[in-house]
Parts: sequence; structure tokens; C-alpha cells
Amino acid sequence: MFFNSLVQTREHQLKLKGAHILLECLKKEKVKAVFGYPGGSVLDIYHALSEHSIKHVLVRHEQAAVHAADGYARATGEVGVCLVTSGPGATNTVTGIATAYMDSIPLVILTGQVPTALIGNDAFQEADIVGITRPCTKHNYLVKNIAELPRIMREAFYIARSGRPGPVLIDLPKDIINQSAEFSYPEQVSIRSYKPTVKGNPRQIQRALDEIMQAAKPVIYAGGGVVLSNASPELQRLARQLSIPVTTTLMGLGCFPGTDPLCLGMLGMHGTFRANMAVTHCDLLIAVGARFDDRVTGDVRAFAPEAKIIHFDIDPTSISKNIKVHIPVVGDCREILKDCLAAIGTKKITRRARAAWLADIAEWKAGHTLDYTQGKAIKPQFVVEKLYELTRGDCIVSTEVGQNQMWAAQYFQFDRPRRWLTSGGLGTMGYGLPAALGAQVAFPKATVVDIAGDGSIQMNIQELATVAQYNLPVKIAILNNRCLGMVRQWQQLFYGKRYSHSTFEQHPDFVKLAEAYGAVGLRATRPDEVEPVIRKALAVKKPVIMDFVVEQEECVYPMVPAGAPISNMMLL
Amino acid sequence: MRHTISVLVDNKPGVLARIAGLFSGRGFNIESLSVNETLDPTMSQMTIVTRGDDRVLEQITKQLNKLIDVIKVIDYEKGSENHIERELALIKVAVTEKCRAELLSIIEIFRCKVIDVGRSHYTVEVTGDENKLNAIIELLRPLGIREIVRSGRVTLQRETRVQ
Repeated sequence: MFFNSLVQTREHQLKLKGAHILLECLKKEKVKAVFGYPGGSVLDIYHALSEHSIKHVLVRHEQAAVHAADGYARATGEVGVCLVTSGPGATNTVTGIATAYMDSIPLVILTGQVPTALIGNDAFQEADIVGITRPCTKHNYLVKNIAELPRIMREAFYIARSGRPGPVLIDLPKDIINQSAEFSYPEQVSIRSYKPTVKGNPRQIQRALDEIMQAAKPVIYAGGGVVLSNASPELQRLARQLSIPVTTTLMGLGCFPGTDPLCLGMLGMHGTFRANMAVTHCDLLIAVGARFDDRVTGDVRAFAPEAKIIHFDIDPTSISKNIKVHIPVVGDCREILKDCLAAIGTKKITRRARAAWLADIAEWKAGHTLDYTQGKAIKPQFVVEKLYELTRGDCIVSTEVGQNQMWAAQYFQFDRPRRWLTSGGLGTMGYGLPAALGAQVAFPKATVVDIAGDGSIQMNIQELATVAQYNLPVKIAILNNRCLGMVRQWQQLFYGKRYSHSTFEQHPDFVKLAEAYGAVGLRATRPDEVEPVIRKALAVKKPVIMDFVVEQEECVYPMVPAGAPISNMMLL
Repeated sequence: MRHTISVLVDNKPGVLARIAGLFSGRGFNIESLSVNETLDPTMSQMTIVTRGDDRVLEQITKQLNKLIDVIKVIDYEKGSENHIERELALIKVAVTEKCRAELLSIIEIFRCKVIDVGRSHYTVEVTGDENKLNAIIELLRPLGIREIVRSGRVTLQRETRVQ
């Protein structure tokens, strides 16, 4: 294109408009897709975007733009980018940003802003989005001078993806975007106050290894940091070479194969019996890229009470925040694990040498496995199992939040990282569909399934229009129990069965709704209809809603009541 | 326990809001605060007095360090001798024939300055550590204090530890 070629040949002499500079920066960062929604303050950017090679996906709500960029980032490991207008466009992104912040997902959020002269004047569609997002971004910027834009963009992408990743917001006043400047993209980033520690301290690593090599009953507790640092191969090698069982957090699912004999499954509130028992009885807990969240630890005083605790994490604030760590190693999980493997060399601890401990675990596993009884009504767990079976696990799964999320985590086996997209920290209902959309944009040929509840799906249902428009064949499996299942479960167990405002007396017809949006709608009401519906949905090259009318009273088990020791499990 | 924390930050708009937001958002408390430019005008020095047990203080310093705009954090543990700290107070105190002599002798003893003289009030400037300020306020109180303003604390590392 005319303007592109000019930029390439005479980059340093040519003056470009702010909007073009912005897009050139995105190109330099190798951004392939932007999720966005136009409006008054970003009209100039959209004007420039129409003649640019970057793909733009027009969502139907700004919250979904952020979740889509987030889903894209989780699935690819790249920085997700979204673009919205000022005022309500910007404030609508807040839930999405907070979601990404809690789960350490690298995003760059570009928001329009009213012209600089109007900032602070309560202008039309003005919101102090930099102020609003300060506590839920890793960092944010207000661009006050067009000459600063390339540096700020470069820094924003660097900050978003380095260290403990996170969302970075850039607020772009309309007049700045209209100014012209010479464009040159900085080669290097230099932020004097931001130098994340990547390499672990060798002495600390050695201390950790001394403990690891002599522990009799060790457990690895792996979290989202393993996924974020792409440390899955190293983690697997370490665990297998030393025969150490691995439990993962909700965020860590897939970083260690769910089907591996050393895998204990998820731990915590809805974890497996064997994972929680193993953690409670281990003599060494090796936390890798995990942050001892309250949904994992339960009562902190009774969490791994007999264990020495080693913690590998890139974020020093995560260390000894909730639980006192004996041997911390600050650094990138992958780098630390690589150094561990190098130090161990060919030393091995065989399963036979570990037999007593592995036998304890086998006993816990035999004592209680995840299970349910299929009756006349469809059990939601059965739907998840069938989805796993019929996709052979070869798909990307996103979830909404609540029971659907927990059943997906329990009954789908993830053998690879970056196949599991879920709002772990913030627990954002309405995350699943736009996240699936983002992942499908990244991988058009992959099977992408959103395991949803009938409540959550309605929080961003408008994105059906987006997936239909771009023909993104996302498969939505609604586990429809006509109520807010997890709220209902807590009311049943802890609030004397007073189901206050957790039951839906009126629902849309999800099949007709899908059709109205230009997607395919399917329904199953009996167990024998589940498989044909899934098969049909997987065969269609269009977005599909599968409405599974499931048992209403089903609860997620095992369950640890909030704040109780994790060994105190309600099994069924 | 009380701690004095010195935070070197980028001298940019919004940095104070980030620091204040971190304290309020995480339930930490700021007891006093002072901020000004350093010799290098691109940096500002903040001195924050806060309170908490070891775990809380560890989190405060780590969380501060995590902010992109924060360059350096030093926790001067309260009571240690390797730093100097000063606060400033302006005290407007009533002056009558009867108590003028007492007022002037207190000012003399504490080595403060009278910086404004009116018919019924003197304004006294006093600098010192917290204890000194508290002491003079207690002594002046019976004379009739009309108004007080106190600054945040400023702190500097001693060059050598005084035994």
C-alpha cells in the first residue's frame, strides 16, 4: 500500500500522523490481530486502520474485546491487543483488564481519550481511565506528546510480556493522534526502574536441589507461571526424572499432562482427594509459578503442615505472601528449572525408590476418584467427559465461571499447555465466549469449545454475532441447569437451602437464539442425545450452541468449605 | 511496628497516586508522607511512615518495588541508629504578658525560631525528630496553642554507623 511503502523506504525522514505511527508500532511488535470497537475519540485510528494490513475483529462489547485479546494471548503466548474509544468504551474494558491482571496475561489496551485541552473538563465521553485502571494494570500511560508514542508503545509491549506478565493500558487523546511526527521505533527498551529477575540465584537453586534430592515425600505444585514461562517441558523432565508427583492449580492445568501417572490432578477447593492428601502429607512442597491462592490453600495453617516449602516464582511479592516459604528462588520458572536440570544431570530417582510415597498416593486415588451417577437426566460431568472423548482432547477449551468451570477442570484431561482458557483469579462470568473467539482467531482450524453455564453465557452472549460474522466456528456447550449452579450449591450447603435469587424462571430458547444470530442451535435433554449433539456440532463448520439440559441439583464435589483445611473434603 | 520507608521514584505525574493507591488498595496505612524532587530533577524522593508486622513490611517493600515507576526502596527500621530523621512543625501559640517569658525560654531551650509575631500570637518553627516535636507541643499546650501544622518525615542514611 502507498503509505506502507513510504514508511519502509524513508522511515526516518517521513512525518506520519499519530494514528499511522500507532499502527506502525503494532506492526513492529508483530501484532497480527486487534480486537476493538470504534467510537468518537478513535475515529482517526479507525480511519487509518481501514488501509492497514493488521486484522481487526469488531466485537459487540468492549469487555469482550479485552477477553478476546486475553484468549488470543493465552492460546498463543503473544501479547493480546485491543482498541476502544474513550469514556464508556474505556470503562467497559475494566472487567477484562482486571481479569487479565489477576491471571498475569500480557495485553496492551489502547483507549481513546478526549483531546488534551478537554481533559478534566467533564467532556463528552471523558473518563479518567488511567486513574480507574491504575490498580488493575501492570502499568499505564497517558500519551501527552506524539513524539513519545513509539517509546511508550515499545515499553508497553515489553512490560506486558516480560517479568510477571500483565495488562498495560495506553490512553490516546484525540488531538495527539492527529499530530504528526517522525517515526522511528526504538530498538532497545531501557526503563531504569524495571529490571525483572530472570535467572535464579545459583546458591538458592542448589539449596532447593539439596532438599529435592533427599525428600522422601515430595510434591510439585505447579501453577499458571509454568504455562506463562513455557516451562512445561522442563517441569515434565524434572518430575519424571525424580519421580515426583505433580498437582496443578486451575491456572496450571495442562502444564503437566493430565493423563500422566504422576499427575495428581488439580488441588484446592475442588481438587482431587489424592492431590489434597498428598499436599497435606508431603515432606517437601515445590511450588513452581503458583501463588498460594486461598482457593488452593484453604486454611493456611493446615496447608502442607509437614513440609518444607520451596517456591520458584518471578514475582518476589508472591513469595511468603500467604505462606512462609523456606527456600525461595526468584526468577523465570523455565530458567530456574533448566538450571535445576543442568545441576541434576543424569541423576535419577526411580519410581521404585519412591515406591512408598507413590503407594500412599495410589491408595488415596483408590479411596476416592472423581465420580458421578448418571440417572434419567443428563449429568453435566457426563457432557464434559463426552466432549473430551469425542474431541480426543485435541481442542482448546475455554470456560465461563462457576460449576461449569470446575467440571471442565475436573473431567477434561489437558495434556498440553495453552489449551485451557479460564478466568482463575478474578472469576469473571462472561469470559468464556469472547476468550474462545480470540483463540479461534489465532487458530482458525482448531476446535475451540466454550464450556458454559446458562447464567454466564448470557453475560457476553452478544459475541455470537461476532463469531457468526467472522465465521469463527466456536462450539458453545451450555450446561443448562436453569440456575446459577455454584451460587445455588453454596446456598444448599451453607445457607440452609434458601435459594435466594439463584434460579432463572425465564430463559431464552438457546437453540432459537443461536439461529437468530446466524449460528447453529442444538439441544439434548436425555443422556443418549448428548453424543449425537456433540458429533453434529463438531462436524459443522459454523459456530454452534449446544444446549444441554442437565440435572439441576448436581453439585461440584469434592469440595472444601471456604477457609477449612484442604484435607477436610466433602466427598459426595 | 512503625517503619520509615524511603522510596526513590520517577518524577512523573501520577506516581504519587500509584503509591497511595497501592497502600489503600492493599490495606496498608500511611502515617506520614513527604515528597520532593531530588538533586536529579527526573527523580523524586518519598519518605513514608507506616506500620505493620514483619510480614506486612516485607509485602509493602516488595509491592513498592514492583511498581514500574519505583527506582529504589529503603526500609529504615525504627530505632536503628544508621539514619537521621527530621520533621518540621509550625505552631501558632498564644502570647500574653504573663507567659511571654516562659514561651521565650521554651523556644530557647528547643532551639526553635519565632517566624511570625502578632499582637496575640507567635508562630514558632521547630524541627527535630518526632519525640522533640511531641515534647515541645506538650510544653506549649498549657500556654494555648491556636494551630499546628506538621510536615511528613524526611530521612537520610548516616555516612557511618554511630556506636
